[in-house]
Amino acid sequence: MALNPGDFEYISKIVRGQSAIVLEKGKEYLVEARLTPLVASENLGSIAELAQQMRKDISGKLIAKVVEAMTTNETSFFRDIHPFEVLKNTVIPELIQKRESQKRLNIWCGASSSGQEPYTLAMLIRENFPQLKNWKLDFMASDISTEMQKRCQDGIYSQLEINRGLPAMLMVKYFQRSGAQWQIKPELRQMINFKILNLSGHWPLMPKMDLVMMRNVLIYFDVPTKKVILQKIRENMQPDGYVFLGAAETTLNLDVKYERMNFKQSGCYRIKEG
Amino acid sequence: MRALVIDDSRAIRLILGQVMKKLGFEVVDAGDGQQALDKLKSDGPFDIALVDWNMPVMNGYDFVVNARKDPQYNDMRLMMVTTETEMAQVVKALEAGANEYVMKPFTKEMIAEKLSLLGLSIE
Ligand SMILES: C[S@@+](CC[C@H](N)C(=O)[O-])C[C@H]1O[C@@H](n2cnc3c(N)ncnc32)[C@H](O)[C@@H]1O
Repeated sequence: MALNPGDFEYISKIVRGQSAIVLEKGKEYLVEARLTPLVASENLGSIAELAQQMRKDISGKLIAKVVEAMTTNETSFFRDIHPFEVLKNTVIPELIQKRESQKRLNIWCGASSSGQEPYTLAMLIRENFPQLKNWKLDFMASDISTEMQKRCQDGIYSQLEINRGLPAMLMVKYFQRSGAQWQIKPELRQMINFKILNLSGHWPLMPKMDLVMMRNVLIYFDVPTKKVILQKIRENMQPDGYVFLGAAETTLNLDVKYERMNFKQSGCYRIKEG
Repeated sequence: MRALVIDDSRAIRLILGQVMKKLGFEVVDAGDGQQALDKLKSDGPFDIALVDWNMPVMNGYDFVVNARKDPQYNDMRLMMVTTETEMAQVVKALEAGANEYVMKPFTKEMIAEKLSLLGLSIE
C-alpha cells in the first residue's frame, strides 16, 4: 500500500505528538506495514484515506488506534534473563533488607506491553520471596496502549508466547489452560494494578518507587523526551531505589545523576549519592 | 557443548539439528528412545537431549524415565520438544525428570531462550 510523503509527514507528526515515538524518514515501510491492517479493519481504501479521516478525528479514537498500531509490543517472559537474575540475587534481597521496618515495596513497570515483564517479576517474587506476602506490595504496570492494558489484565497467552522464555516449572504452577490458550492464575493477576499511562504525557501522582522497570521503550523516543522521562523517573523514585533499562538503552549523555550498576548485562541503574 | 536430538521425523531432526548447530552445539541424533539410550552409551556424554514425545519403539517419556535412572546422566539436561500440549503432560514430563518443555512448532529463538534458562547459552 503506497504512502505519499505528505501523509507520512502528517502521520509521524501526529504519532510523535501523541506518544513521543519518533518515525524518521526511511521508516515509511514501517508505517505502511503497521497501518495497512488498520486501513482494512476501518473499511478504508488506502493510507491516504486514513490520513484524511485522522484530520477529521475530533474524538481522537482513530488517532489512538493509529498510535497503538505504530507501537512495537515485542516482549517475552524473562526477556534477556540477566536482569531477572540480578533482581533475584541482589536487588530484591537488598530492598527487602532496607524496607524491613516499613514492610512496604513499590514497584512500577512503565512499558508493560502484553504483560510478560510484570508477570515475570510477579512469579519471581512469589517463587523466591514468600515473606513479601505479608508486606504491602504496591505493584503497578502501565502502558500507553488500551489494548495492551486489557491484555495484561486478562493475562491470556498463546502457545507461541508461552513457549518464549517461560520456565516450564513456572508455567505449570502459575498458568491454567483456557481453551487453546494459557491464562495466568488469578492470584498473580491480582498482585498487579494495570494502568494506562503515556510516558510522554502527564504522570499521575505515584508512591515513591523502590523498583522501576523501564525496558525497551526509551529507544523509540527522541533525546529531549528521553531526558525528561529519565528525570521524572528519578523524581518518582526512592533515593536508594533501582531502575532497569533495556539492553540497548542507557542514561549516558542523557542524565548524569544516574550511575550504572556493575552487574553483567542487566541495564540496572541507581541514583548517584550526594 | 553437545546435544542429542531425538525425533522420529527426519525433517524435524534436520531442522532442530541445524538450530542447535547454529547455537554452537555439536549434534548427534536418534530416531526413537531406544536408539537414543544406545547413543548415550556410544556417543556420550551430552550436555542436553532434545526429546520428542511420540515415537515408535520407545517414546520420549520412557526415554526420560530410563535416562534419569542412571546417575551418570544426572548432569545432562532433558528438554521435551513435542506436540503434546496438555498441562498434565507437561507436569508428567517434569516429574519424570525433564528440565524444560517446548511445544511444537518451535522457533530458533524459542530454543535459544530455553537453553539460556538452563544455563546453556553460548555467548
Ligand atoms: C517493546 S515493548 C517493551 C515491553 C517490555 N518492557 C519489554 O522490555 O519486553 C514497548 C512498549 O512501550 C509502549 N509505549 C510506547 N510509547 C509509549 C509511551 N509514550 N508511553 C507509555 N508506553 C509506551 C508500547 O505500547 C509497547 O507496549
